[in-house]
Amino acid sequence: MPAPIRLRELIRTIRTARTQAEEREMIQKECAAIRSSFREEDNTYRCRNVAKLLYMHMLGYPAHFGQLECLKLIASQKFTDKRIGYLGAMLLLDERQDVHLLMTNCIKNDLNHSTQYVQGLALCTLGCMGSSEMCRDLAGEVEKLLKTSNSYLRKKAALCAVHVIRKVPELMEMFLPATKNLLSEKNHGVLHTSVVLLTEMCERSPDMLAHFRKLVPQLVRILKNLIMSGYSPEHDVSGISDPFLQVRILRLLRILGKSDDDSSEAMNDILAQVATNTETSKNVGNAILYETVLTIMDIKSESGLRVLAINILGRFLLNNDKNIRYVALTSLLKTVQTDHNAVQRHRSTIVDCLKDLDVSIKRRAMELSFALVNGNNIRGMMKELLYFLDSCDPEFKADCASGVFLAAEKYAPSKRWHIDTIMRVLTTAGSYVRDDSVPNLIQLITNSVEMHAYTVQRLYKALLDDISQQPLVQVASWCIGEYGDLLVSGQCEEEEPIQVTEDEVLDVLEGLLVSNLSAAVTRGYSLTAIMKLSTRFSGVNRIKKVVSIYGSSIDVELQQRAVEYNALFKKYDHMRPALLERMPIMEKSASNGPTEIVQTNGETEPSVVDSKHPPPVSQPANQANDLLDLLGGNDVVPVIQTTVPTKPASAGGELLDLLGDLSLTIPPMTAYNKNGLKIDFTFERANPNPNVAVITIHASNSTEADMTDFVFQAAVPKTFQLQLLSPSSNVVPALNQGTVTQVIRVLNPQKQQLRMRIKLTYTLKGSPVQDLAEVNNFPPQSWQ
Amino acid sequence: MCLMRFMLLFSRQGKLRLQKWYTATAERDKKKMVRELMQIVLARKPKMCSFLEWRDLKIVYKRYASLYFCCAIEEQDNELITLEVIHRFVELLDKYFGSVCELDIIFNFEKAYFILDEFLMGGEIQDTSKKSVLKAIEQADLLQEVSVAIGFTHHLHLGGMSLPVSLAVMWLSFKCLAESVRRIKI
Repeated sequence: MPAPIRLRELIRTIRTARTQAEEREMIQKECAAIRSSFREEDNTYRCRNVAKLLYMHMLGYPAHFGQLECLKLIASQKFTDKRIGYLGAMLLLDERQDVHLLMTNCIKNDLNHSTQYVQGLALCTLGCMGSSEMCRDLAGEVEKLLKTSNSYLRKKAALCAVHVIRKVPELMEMFLPATKNLLSEKNHGVLHTSVVLLTEMCERSPDMLAHFRKLVPQLVRILKNLIMSGYSPEHDVSGISDPFLQVRILRLLRILGKSDDDSSEAMNDILAQVATNTETSKNVGNAILYETVLTIMDIKSESGLRVLAINILGRFLLNNDKNIRYVALTSLLKTVQTDHNAVQRHRSTIVDCLKDLDVSIKRRAMELSFALVNGNNIRGMMKELLYFLDSCDPEFKADCASGVFLAAEKYAPSKRWHIDTIMRVLTTAGSYVRDDSVPNLIQLITNSVEMHAYTVQRLYKALLDDISQQPLVQVASWCIGEYGDLLVSGQCEEEEPIQVTEDEVLDVLEGLLVSNLSAAVTRGYSLTAIMKLSTRFSGVNRIKKVVSIYGSSIDVELQQRAVEYNALFKKYDHMRPALLERMPIMEKSASNGPTEIVQTNGETEPSVVDSKHPPPVSQPANQANDLLDLLGGNDVVPVIQTTVPTKPASAGGELLDLLGDLSLTIPPMTAYNKNGLKIDFTFERANPNPNVAVITIHASNSTEADMTDFVFQAAVPKTFQLQLLSPSSNVVPALNQGTVTQVIRVLNPQKQQLRMRIKLTYTLKGSPVQDLAEVNNFPPQSWQ
Repeated sequence: MCLMRFMLLFSRQGKLRLQKWYTATAERDKKKMVRELMQIVLARKPKMCSFLEWRDLKIVYKRYASLYFCCAIEEQDNELITLEVIHRFVELLDKYFGSVCELDIIFNFEKAYFILDEFLMGGEIQDTSKKSVLKAIEQADLLQEVSVAIGFTHHLHLGGMSLPVSLAVMWLSFKCLAESVRRIKI
């Protein structure tokens, strides 16, 4: 059998292949030859064949059939064989392979070989990829070698020990004795690897950390010698003596000095020395400075030193080398929380980095800029950040937009500024805004009562320009639905009001419905907005038509909404105004679900509650949009008219209560009946607190005219606590056509007799009426 | 915990020239990561910085002529010193091959690995002295030759010669081989 071709011959041949197919053919041919050679147990050429296999493996071809051959090579006595064998093992035999463990014995023998280069091979292989079992078996050998006087082996044993500890942390203890005089070595290789070993041990075990703290003076001394010593050709890099060792020592000092005053003090001087004396013209000097800064920031350094560190970072920011700038931004980001003021001083430089060409630098600068925004610099910073948002890559836009919203929410100097900022984000990066921003923004807009006209006007104008950005369109439709009346009446104070007719507004909203650019959710928004305008605009016919058309829409969601709105027009027209009323101020709740809306007593805003429809319509609208009940959610379920006991007329109050029990065991009572106004109380016990009585008042009006601006107030003796929830309406319709309901919660921990004083105010036929009354006839069950 | 996870060398055309993994990773995952990283790094423009974030790691890369040297380090590691580590490795290759170029690494990939394994272990530097690392490689190369020479001399028919002569022949063949350290043919 002719000798297998040489490695370099094979490489040369393969490189002549012009196509992938040709290469594959060559490889297959050679693999077949190698396989048969392996089968023949040819010792002479095994090494050559495995080497070729490793080359083919690097090209991406399978080489697993060479695994056992590597083991045979390792077991051979020839150094060439061992060299290739161990290389093959490191490339093909990681711990996931079954035959991995078979190496253990060979490695053990080689760790005790007479030639240090063989020992070195074994240590290297073990230290790069030894499995936990192997490490367990061979830890003893490694520990022995750690104590040898041969520095070539000692340095390798130290790193091998690091690997052993990483794989089997419990074995850390056994290496402790050997570390005793590692640092007194002169050999830099041993010093370096020893510092790595000590670092590993200190990071893993607080006991070790405490034990090694005593090494701080020695480490300081070594570092000092490195800095002060003259030129040492063997370890010099651009005029700096052994920067790798310096960096490792600084890192170890960082770990030792953290949360320890004495150690931190002991290293103060040397840190200051390194920080001021290190040459900064080349990367290597800056690498040391960087490590020094990290150490200073992490230990308990005195303030002067910290300021020095931050100033170094500030200088880094101005460095021409973009790598240095990047590293500075990263470090500043880490320290901005703890040393906020110091970092603020470099704010303008940081903001300039937003314009850098490099993506990583831009991202860092953006994060840091947001961290630096505060009440004082919000206007200036926001200008820069919005400019950045305009011009940045799409991958940044979502994060930047969120950041802008958050910062604006925290530090907005005025509501108008806040709304303007939001508008700017929506118009420039509208499609990148996160989904949850839409409800948050709507809530914000709702709560800025005086800005409604301005907001809706700006949003309307934005819609005229561009309807492709869905979040913008959604917020805009919602606002137009809510505040369309303000829009057409031209009430804007903040800027020049625009002249818009109702038809124009409806044109825009209908345009959204039919546009291909609109997402399904957006269509839902606009349909509901159109519906809401039926109570705000004068002409309803057009709206009725639109709604009825969509009753047969293919989109099930739209269809359902349209059908329900149609029903509103036809059968429940009297409820429509109340249902589609203006939304009240929403309190921000942490959950994403329907918010619990709590109103204080005396508000003239109508109440809002749950998303349940009046009983005849089987499904509640907008299950998809919990927080935003687009219908307005003014669900007035008049108790008198329905007989469904599970839906008491508690407008306001918790959602769950509505589905809860209405315990009818406490009889209702009439609390007040005068001048046509009758107020009834119905009771229930609140679950789970039996001390709380939940009273629902029902106000009805038997006169010929409506009672408007109706406000119910109540007061109780000191031992009680009273909570008045929002009323369902402030108009009590005439001739008993409807009632106003309101829920009172009374906490009665001492179970005293319930008494109440009530005050009623309303306007009847243009004149205000006010009355006071005492309510004493509570049934005993309500307070016992 | 500081750890260099892996080091890759690849060409501008996306050909892998060296891969050293310091954590046990499935072959499939290795291939995927290499492919992904090569794509990302090769797409970087010259003006961009040498660091990028990828998955939960930091990637430090530097281009030397037609080869990209690419290291993955952990979040808390010092990127700037990693650049120096890469540079030191390049210097070692350069000294060993004499003005190293990509072809050297292609045709002598096993030697490139030997040098790397003498310089780093488990992702950490073994020796900060260039001289020391190169000397160790040189000695190991010599040892390799000796073992080849011994094998070679077994093939020589030394039967008819007297002992001193056969020893002299052996010594001579030693010397010849010793002079061509780099051209050892496997």
